[in-house]
This record gives sequence, C-alpha cells and structure tokens, in this order.
Amino acid sequence: MTQPRNFGFGEDETILRDSARKFLADHAGVEALRRLVARDHTVAYESAVPPAPWDETLWQQMVELGWSALAAPERAGGLGMKMVAVAALAEEAGRAALVSPLVTALFATCALRECDTPAATAALRRIAGGEAMALAMTNDRGSWAVEDSDVAAAPSADGAELTGTACFVQDARKARAFVVAARGPAGLGLYVVDADAPGVTVLPDRVIDLTRDQARVRLAGVRVGADRIAAAGDAGAAALRRATPALLTIVAADMCGAGEWQLQTTTAYAQVRKQFDRPLGFFQAVKHPLVNMMLAVDQARSLVYNAACAIDSEPDQAERFARMAKASAGDMAALCSGRSVQLHGGIGFTWECDVHLWFKRQQHNQLLFGDAAYQRARLAALE
Amino acid sequence: MDGRRDTPEQAEFREYCRRWLRENRPPAPAFRLPEHAIEVMTEEQRTYLCAWQKKCYDAGLVGADYPKAYGGGGHQGFQRIASWEMSALGVPYMINVIGLGMAAPTILHHGTEEQKRRYLPPLLSGEEIWCQGFSEPGAGSDLAGVQTSAVRDGDNWIINGHKVWTSLAHFASWMILLARHSSADKYNGLTYFITPIAGAPGVTVRPLIKITGQTGFNEVLFEDAVIPDRLRVDEVGKGWQVAMTTLLHERGAAENAGSGGGQSVEDRLAALIALAKRMPRNGGTAWDDPVIRDRLMQIVVRVEGFRQVFRRARVGALTDHPMRIPLSSKLLISELNQDMAALALDIEGAFASLYLGDERAPDGAEWPLAYLNSYGITIAAGTSEIQRNILGERVLGLAKTK
Repeated sequence: MTQPRNFGFGEDETILRDSARKFLADHAGVEALRRLVARDHTVAYESAVPPAPWDETLWQQMVELGWSALAAPERAGGLGMKMVAVAALAEEAGRAALVSPLVTALFATCALRECDTPAATAALRRIAGGEAMALAMTNDRGSWAVEDSDVAAAPSADGAELTGTACFVQDARKARAFVVAARGPAGLGLYVVDADAPGVTVLPDRVIDLTRDQARVRLAGVRVGADRIAAAGDAGAAALRRATPALLTIVAADMCGAGEWQLQTTTAYAQVRKQFDRPLGFFQAVKHPLVNMMLAVDQARSLVYNAACAIDSEPDQAERFARMAKASAGDMAALCSGRSVQLHGGIGFTWECDVHLWFKRQQHNQLLFGDAAYQRARLAALE
Repeated sequence: MDGRRDTPEQAEFREYCRRWLRENRPPAPAFRLPEHAIEVMTEEQRTYLCAWQKKCYDAGLVGADYPKAYGGGGHQGFQRIASWEMSALGVPYMINVIGLGMAAPTILHHGTEEQKRRYLPPLLSGEEIWCQGFSEPGAGSDLAGVQTSAVRDGDNWIINGHKVWTSLAHFASWMILLARHSSADKYNGLTYFITPIAGAPGVTVRPLIKITGQTGFNEVLFEDAVIPDRLRVDEVGKGWQVAMTTLLHERGAAENAGSGGGQSVEDRLAALIALAKRMPRNGGTAWDDPVIRDRLMQIVVRVEGFRQVFRRARVGALTDHPMRIPLSSKLLISELNQDMAALALDIEGAFASLYLGDERAPDGAEWPLAYLNSYGITIAAGTSEIQRNILGERVLGLAKTK
C-alpha cells in the first residue's frame, strides 16, 4: 500500500476540523476552562479529594456531533473515519485544553476496534452512543509495555473474575466503564467492566494537570460475563500492540494543538507587551525562541499526520512513524511549555495567566504512553 | 516526491531518468570529489563535473521545466523528478548550483527576452558557470548594506567594489551582481546586473582559504569594470526586488532548484548509523551506548520530520501561513546537517581527530570536513539568526529588528 497525497486529508476531514475548532472556541474557550478547573488553587491542589469537574452537557453535544463515534467502525455504529480525521479532532482538543472524556474514548475505541468479537462490537456501540469509556492497562510501575498489566483474570464458569489494580487510568471518574487489560492463564485479554460493577473502586490520583482526571482502578474479584470479554486468551496483547500507533498519534496530536496554542498565545503577548520602548518580539532573544517553537510544532504536526496516514494506508510502517511523532511531540511540548512561561515573564509564573493550564497538560501528555526518550529507545530497536 | 503522486507522463519520465542514470553514471574519479559543488577547487574536479552536467543536460535531466526557446525541455513538474532521482541514486551533483538554483530562475522571471535566449542555454548545460555577487565585507547578512557602486556612463555602467564569500567565482563566466547606483535610498538605490567575470578587465578573483584549509570561495574585486546597460536585469532601482526573487529560490524549498545529485540527507543518515554500528566504544560499538543511540534517534526523527514538513507544505488545509514552511527550509536543513556532523564526531571519538589525508580517518575524514563546512551553510545566504528573524517577522508578525 502507498501513502496517499494530502495525508489522506480531504473535504470531510477539513469540515470536521474547522467545525470542531469553532465549536470548541464557542463552548470550551479559555473562560469556560477557567470556570471549570482553575478558579481557585486551593480547591485544585489542597482539597481532600481532588476535583474532576467536567461539563456533561458539553459532552452530550460532542456525542451528537458524532465525535464519540468517529473512530468506531460502521459495523459498530461508528462513522469509521480515517485516522487523519481522528488526529485532527485530537489536535483541536489539545488546542482548547479540552476537559472531556473524548480523548480517552478514542483510546478505548482504537483498542476495541482491533478485537473481532461481539463483546468488542457491543462496547464500541456504547462508546459511539456516548457512554464514556476508559482504557485501563498500566501497572503501578508506570510501564507502558502493553503486556505489563497487574490485573489478573481467572477463568470462571460464565466468564472471568478480575483482581488487581490498573494505574494511571485517564478520565477514570468520567468513565461509565473500563476496558481492562488483564492477564489470564493464556495471556493478556481485554475485558469490559462497568464502573459501578461490584468490586470496582476508583481511587483518584492528585495530578499536576488540572484538565485531566486520573485514578487507580481497583478490581476485587470483579465478575465479567463472557459477553464482556472483548479479547480472550492472549488476543488482548496483540490488539493493544496493533492499537499502539493510534494511541501514540492521538496523544501527539493533542500535544500539537496545545503547542500551537502556546505558540500563538505567546506570540500575541510578544506583540503587545512593551519593554525598553519596544514590543518584546522586537528582541532576538524573544523572537528566536518563538521561531524555534514554531519549527518544533511544524515538525511534530507533520510527523503526526504522517503517522495517522500510515495507520490508514501503510500499517507496517505505523509503529515506526507513530513513535517518531510522539518523540517529536514530546520534545516540542517541553520546549513550548518552558518558553511560553519564560517569555510571559513574571505574569507567566502566576495562577492568573492561562499558560499554566497548557503547560501542565503538556507535562502530562509528554509521559502518556512513554516520553520522548522511551519512544526513541523503541525506535532504535526497530532500526 | 518519490513517485506516488506522478501523472502518467511524470511516471514515464521518472522511469526514463532512473534507467538513464543507471546506464550513464560516470565512473568514480581517481581524485577526491568534494561533497558540494561550492567546494569544488581544482581544474580536474571542474572538468569532470562540467562534463557530467553537460551529459545530464543533453539527456533532458537539467532544465526540464524551462521553455524550449531558452534551452529547456519545455515540461512542467519534471525537474523535481529528475533532481530527486539524481539524489536518490547518489550520482555526482550538478556543478552549476548557483546558476541553476539562483541565476536561472531570476533571469527567467526578470530578464529581457535577449538575456533569456543568450544566458539560459549555456547555464543549463553547464558550459558557463555562474557565481553570485551579493555579499560584501562590511555588509554581512544585511544585504541592503551593499556598497559596490554602479555608475551610469552613457550605455555602460562602471562598477567599483568588493564582493566576498563568492563560491565558484574562480570558474565563473558570469556573476549575478547586486550594486548600488544611488546612496540616497538604502533599498531603492540598488540595481541588479549580469556581470562578466572570467578574463573581464577590471575584475580580479582571489581565492579565500576556508576554515577547512581548502579553497572554493573567493573575493572578487571590481576596479572600473565596464558592463553594458543591456546586462542590467529589470529596471534601475529594482535591484532589491530582483534580489528577493533570487533569495526566494536560494532560501526556498530545495526541490524546485534545478540541480540534483550528491549525497541526500537520507544517505548521510544511513552512513551515520552505519558509522555508529562499527566505531568502537567501551568494549562494544557506539551503537551500544544508549546516549549515542538516543541522539541518533533524535536525528532519525528530524530527518523524517524534514521530509514530512515539506510533504505537508503542499497540503493547503494543513498549512497555516503560506510562507511558514517554505521559509524554514534552509534553516532546517543547514542545522540538521550541522548536528548530524557534530554527532558523527562524537561517535568517532578519538578517531575524529584524524583529518583529510590520514589513512586511518574513518570515512576518509568526511565527517570532520562536513562539520567544519557545515558552518558555511548556517552562515551563507543569511545566517541562521537572520533566518529566524525573517520567520519571526514575516510569519509570526513580530516587530522588525531593522
């Protein structure tokens, strides 16, 4: 197979991207974001249970726009859109620092669509219909290798029984259900577990990123019926491996949108803020880092679209290109975050200035599914 | 770029280029062939490379997109294919890089009919070598600071001044010259000329010794050199605008330049990885060192990023500002090459101390040489600092440094 022109980015994808940008600007702009997460630092960082506020009405509107169904195949009630469309939407989510289970729903969708079972199709149908679902696959050692789940699956008469804790689960308190990676006698399978099922406890983490909700999900003998086993035996590991390029690409796309916001916001500030009788941007010590941010965003964005396009049309190259995209996005995010605060000067160091929200989101994004150095180590193994 | 978007005619031309290049690739010369045309210093290198360019031109691989009336092939969208295939096969480069990349597009855009008919055919065939007279000792990257004077004298112009860093001037028949006809206006006081070099009265070419210890660029002195008005390009006072056309090509996307061949960035990357896998380090190879491996992978990501950035530049919906990507090309590739060479030296370790002529030098000391030479590219045609100013001002809309 060959890579199409335009990264496969056509009219449908452009319309989706532009309408998403407008919708999020209208409904999830900076003001809304501040009302939601940043009003008070004591609430954010000092309350007994960390808050996880989100706008469920907004989520329902996004569901009506088809965003939760975007990546699901048509057989499961989804729109079956190309990965470049998914990346374009994730990019807009990052630009808006969107607080929503959207990206997590896309993760779960990408894992489930690699499982060819009625249980997976049923779960995809639920996500497409607007039930938030999260992927629970990481252990308490922070390993991103797909096989490393600490949850054990014991076969039972009518399905399986899950015991153990999944860590670093994104949007855990927004999710109605989890796609849990669990190890059984045959290997790693994927199991769909409702958040309110007996034996499930969600233990919220305190997280640096105010736009994120993360938790440990403890499973104590949770019973899963056969009709909820999305990938049996060791099929789950293979499904997660196939889904990995998509997971990496979605996070990297979010980072690119956030990076572009950091670039534009900091540039705008450098145009209006004056020092020594000149706009800040007059000085090369300010101009050059802004250009470096732009170059970094452009490289990461191009690699994200390349990875998305490879997932659609050149799957044997997808992992390589997706790891490049996540590595590039990781370095870009670190640069854009650091410079966005630094170039804002004193105000950039305050709670009042919006840049901290994106700074922390990037910080979180950088480590999701492995940081830049991790991606490069995996890349070297492919060389 | 590599054939996936070709029309049937382009696909056929690409096949032809591949076949022709495979069958006509010249035997490697007994002498060392420099990595870039602007490093060519000896007569034997010149003779070899000019013959190769002529052969490629006769076969239709050079000047493919120029009109037939001016010695071109009369096609559209063929040159980037020929150039790509030349680079992909790593055949010797076209020696007339400044002619093909800068003089020819400028003359095509601004020149008179007579100028196009006279100068383009021997430029494309490599029979006449071109150089570029923009830089001056006192001006640096401030191009409009040009002081070389052009004084009108009837149908002639009298040129006096001093140009520097002039690559290929020692072989050049012609120069594209930016000169000042009026000191009243920094920008509108400039006029653009075609100037004879080889053997022209009042013109002295002196080689400069580079940081590498080699020659390859020069200073050019004009002392009452006389050139006829018919060699003026565009109107008096339009020199700055014409120079911007030249710079757009010099700084713009490399694939539109009419020259190909030489080592591609992908070839250099492959050589770099091969180097790491064979250079000794701590009882293993450099490749076994996780820090080296991480830095190599940073380069791998940047090389792919460079390719994909320019792939994205062609997709209107995925570009935010029309000049955002094209203007960054020179900056990106020059710094990428510099960082690759710097990493190669770290990979070589103690062996990086060995230079040209030492038989134990890895890869014939190409990497230390490339590292030294890389600074020529991050300085020439506007330093990396100037490139960042241009991007900041034109694309991000920041206040002008000027």
